[in-house]
Amino acid sequence: MKRTPTRGRPYTIAGIVLLALMLFPVYWMVNASLQPAGDVLRGAWFPLHPDFSGYATAVHDQGRALATSLVVALGSTVLSLALAAPAAYALALLRPRGATPVLFGILVTQMVPGIVVANALYGAYNDLGLLNSHLGLVLADSTAGVPFSTIILRSSMQGVPREIIEAARVDGAGRLRVFRSVVLPLSTNALVTAGLFSFLFAWSDFLFALTLNTTETVRPITLGIYDYVGAHSNQWNAIMATAVLAALPAAALLVVAQRHVRAGITSGAVD
Amino acid sequence: MKDGAEDKAAPGRGRAAVRARLWEPIARWMFLAPAVAYLLLFFGYPIVENIVMSFQQYTTTTFYTGAAPFVGLRNYTGILSSDLFARALPTTVLFTAGSLAGQFVLGLALALFFHRRFPLGRVLRSLLLLPWLLPLVVSATTWRWMLDTDTGVVNHTLRGLHLLSSGVPWLTGTSQALASVTVVNIWVGIPFNTAILYGGLQDIPAHLYEAAKLDGAGPLTSFRRITWPLLRPVAGVVLVLGVVYTLKVLDIILIVTGGGPADATETIATRSYELSFQQFEFGRGAALGNVLVVISLLFAVVHLRANRRALEAGSTGP
Repeated sequence: MKRTPTRGRPYTIAGIVLLALMLFPVYWMVNASLQPAGDVLRGAWFPLHPDFSGYATAVHDQGRALATSLVVALGSTVLSLALAAPAAYALALLRPRGATPVLFGILVTQMVPGIVVANALYGAYNDLGLLNSHLGLVLADSTAGVPFSTIILRSSMQGVPREIIEAARVDGAGRLRVFRSVVLPLSTNALVTAGLFSFLFAWSDFLFALTLNTTETVRPITLGIYDYVGAHSNQWNAIMATAVLAALPAAALLVVAQRHVRAGITSGAVD
Repeated sequence: MKDGAEDKAAPGRGRAAVRARLWEPIARWMFLAPAVAYLLLFFGYPIVENIVMSFQQYTTTTFYTGAAPFVGLRNYTGILSSDLFARALPTTVLFTAGSLAGQFVLGLALALFFHRRFPLGRVLRSLLLLPWLLPLVVSATTWRWMLDTDTGVVNHTLRGLHLLSSGVPWLTGTSQALASVTVVNIWVGIPFNTAILYGGLQDIPAHLYEAAKLDGAGPLTSFRRITWPLLRPVAGVVLVLGVVYTLKVLDIILIVTGGGPADATETIATRSYELSFQQFEFGRGAALGNVLVVISLLFAVVHLRANRRALEAGSTGP
């Protein structure tokens, strides 16, 4: 297929300008995090003399929250993949009776506002003693990762050639064996995409952190920033340094796994 | 459906075959069961429980006494007739419509721009995704600070350019605040719109444009006659998803304005949150949440129809 012809440098310059405009808030966040305390309000345009005291304060005040977020996000990633991978295998290849309603249900979950889930979970968590617990937050945060991962993995597994599976079956492999030794290895890309996004969803969660925690015991970084803004709105360098630290996984993802990010966005919307 | 044929291939070859045939669907369901159980517990239960709660006087005392008296439709009538709802509904509509219009138009413009191939285009397009990947708390906090009346960079710049002498109360003015949170939400949503619409543009065969060019069509004509009609299905998906996501938005508003000033940025979602988790009126919060679900569902029907077409196309493909 013929592509649109290549254009020259003016487009590149225009593209850089557009990107600079779009990413200005991100630049401003980084810039602010490198200003000395107090001076931030003067708003120096460039961090000519970067001052890392904001980061020192951020790590000191929010280090634990960062660790909590990491634990919760990793937990949610593991849980999401552990539930989604076999489900996707069933939906894509085993097709048991009732698979279509399940798929339909998974799509419907995207329409359910988090506040509705949180509203009902609060009471249930209160009874079960899951408020203020890592487990409770991992479970709630996976409401984003499980459906998303199932959808991504399903469309990837649909592409596994039937012949390979049949061949494995003829060789005497059971369904579990086919899943583990044939389908999963062939779905590595989708597994990475699903895992990265599950991590990011849980890492970014604010609603469940806000509603399912009543004490300081389990406080992820999103909640840390939220409280920080209320309590220390004069320490903008520390607040912005915390924001930068909280943004790192997303930025790293974009640099390291561009392809997966793009795959995640498109399959999330079209499938 | 190949596996179904496999079942019929062995018609009753003794007890083992019968057992195998009974076991067959169970074995397949075992893979699906954990995820289905999870979805039932974390989506099914909350939906049902919210409906039940919305008919109860479910408050803080319920947690101690366990008593949640049935109050019929009182939660709904109370909420739907309240001033709060009368104000939150138009705010929600304006916020959603404004966000969608901005995200879509700017997203489409960027998608069209990046559709041309030029040096560094790919890298720039990928970096553009960053706002969408950032935790909303991070974006919202940054914007809140940028829009601050006295110390924010936006007013600082406007003053520096001598466009105005005093600052615009972006977050504290009742009419500006809604525009501000809408702008923030647009900024967050542009990358998503661009990515999906760009994908849609890539799927339009290039030879159509060449043919149009030969026929003497200008860029505007080929956009109207080729790009737009062929992009419509993708545009539909993006817009419906945009509605569903924007109706749910809570983080941005809570952080940027906290619903204020004078409730000017309270939407149905933020109201539902406040009823439940600040006033501990869980029953009323549930009722309002359900109103939100119904609105979302109306759009979901559209979305699922579009999706089913996409799914069918996907499963008949290679």
